[in-house]
Amino acid sequence: MNKVLLEIQGLRKQYGIVEVLKGVDCTMQEGEVISIIGSSGSGKTTMLRCINMLEEFQGGHIRLEGEEIGYEHNGSSRKRKSEKDIARQRALTGMAFQQFNLFPHMTAAQNIMLGLVKVKKMPRDEARAVAEKWLDRVGLASRADHYPGQLSGGQQQRVAIARAIAMSPRLMLFDEVTSALDPELVGEVLQVIKGLAADGMSMLLVTHEMRFAYEVSSRVIFMNQGVICEEGNPKEMFVKPKTERLAEFLKTSSFN
Amino acid sequence: MGYTLNFAAVWRSLDQLLEGLLLSLGLAFVSILIGAAIGLLVAFALIAKNGWIKRPAAAYVTVIRNLPILVLVLFAYFALPQMGVRLGKLESFVAVLSIYSGAYLAEVFRAGLLSIPKGLTEAGLAIGLTPLQIRISIITPLMFRNVLPSLSSTVISLFKDTSLAAAIAVPELTFEARKINVESFRVIETWIVASGLYVATCSVLAALMRVAERRLSVPR
Repeated sequence: MNKVLLEIQGLRKQYGIVEVLKGVDCTMQEGEVISIIGSSGSGKTTMLRCINMLEEFQGGHIRLEGEEIGYEHNGSSRKRKSEKDIARQRALTGMAFQQFNLFPHMTAAQNIMLGLVKVKKMPRDEARAVAEKWLDRVGLASRADHYPGQLSGGQQQRVAIARAIAMSPRLMLFDEVTSALDPELVGEVLQVIKGLAADGMSMLLVTHEMRFAYEVSSRVIFMNQGVICEEGNPKEMFVKPKTERLAEFLKTSSFN
Repeated sequence: MGYTLNFAAVWRSLDQLLEGLLLSLGLAFVSILIGAAIGLLVAFALIAKNGWIKRPAAAYVTVIRNLPILVLVLFAYFALPQMGVRLGKLESFVAVLSIYSGAYLAEVFRAGLLSIPKGLTEAGLAIGLTPLQIRISIITPLMFRNVLPSLSSTVISLFKDTSLAAAIAVPELTFEARKINVESFRVIETWIVASGLYVATCSVLAALMRVAERRLSVPR
C-alpha cells in the first residue's frame, strides 16, 4: 500500500543544442531505494539535479508528493516558481554530492545546524542536539567541533550526508558520493547509506558502485543517451540484462 | 651644510600631530567601512549574469579607478556646492574616500567571490537556503577570508590617501604637519616626524591585518 513519492514525466533538458535528457519517465514509491547507473554522459546526474532544481529543465513534469516541482504550468506555457517557493521545495529533498561541498569555515556541527536554524527556524540549542544526534548516527560524534579541513574524505562525506538527512527530507539524492574517495574510505560511506536504507528512507542514488547498487537497491535504472534504457529488479538486471546496451555496460563496469 | 636638527618645536606641537593622526585614522576607518559595504554590493553586481545589474557596476568601477583621488576630493568640495550639494569638509571627504575605496574593494572582493567553488552554493541551495541566505552565511564570510591577504595593501593605501584631505583644509596629519612647518620653520624636522607617524601607523595596520588573517583562516 505504498504511495507514490516521485513522479517524473517526459523530462527533457538541453544545454544549448545538446539534448541530455530526451524524455525520462519514472515513478518512485515511498521507501524505495533506486540506483541509477549508466556510462558518463548518459544523463543520470543531470536527472538527479533536475529533481531539486539545481538544473533547469525545458520540458516535462517532476512531482514530489503530487506537488509540481520548479515550474508553474498554465495550459501549454509555464513559469519558473519564485525563488522562495523553489527553496522550500528543495528542502523537501536532501542531496549529497561527489565533492562533499561542506562549508569549510564551519565545524561539522555548524554545517548541519545552518539549515536547521535558517530554513527550519529551529532554536540553536535544539539544532545543536539534532546535529549531534546525526553525527553520532554516522559515527562522528567525537568530530562535532572539527572543521572539514581536519577530516578525512570519508568523514567529510558522512558529515555531508548527516547535514542533508538532518533536514528530514522526504527523498534523499546521492550523486556519485563515493567517486571522489580513496578506495579504503568508500566502505564507511556505503555503510551509512545502507543504514538509511534499512530505516526506510526513500533514496535515489547515482552510482558507479555496481556491487553496492546490487545489494542495496530495490530497483535499478539503467540510463543511456538521455533515456531510461532498462529498469528492474537488480537481481534480474545484473544477471540477465534484457538489452544489449546494459549487457555491454555491465561487462565494462566493476561488477563481478 | 651646517644645519643642526632641532626637534624641540615639533615635540611641543606633537599633540597637534597626534590629533591629526587620530582624525586620519577616523576618516580612513569610516570611509573603509562604508566603502566595504559599497564594494560588497558592487562585487556581487559585477559577477551577476544580468547585464542591467552588471553594467552600471562595471561603469562605476571604471570611472572611479580612472580618476585621481585628488580630483575627486576637489570636485566634491568645490564643484558639488555649485550644483546645489553642500557638504561640510569632513562629510565631503568621507563621501569621496568611501566611493573611491568602494571601487577598489569591489575589484578585490570580486576576485575573492570568483574563487569560491560553485559546489558550496549548490550545497546551500540543496538544504533549502535562499540565494540571499547563501550569500550572507556562506559566500561573504569565505570571500573575506580569501581576500584578507590582498586586503592589507588596499587598506594601507586607503589610509595614506587621507593625506589628500589636506587639500581642502581637513585638519588631519598632513594638514597639521604643514601648519607646524609654516609656524616653526622647522621644515625637515616636521616632515621627518610626520613621515615617521605614517610609517609606524601603517606597520601597526599591517600587523593587525596579519593577526586577523591568522585568526580567521579556515582550520585544516
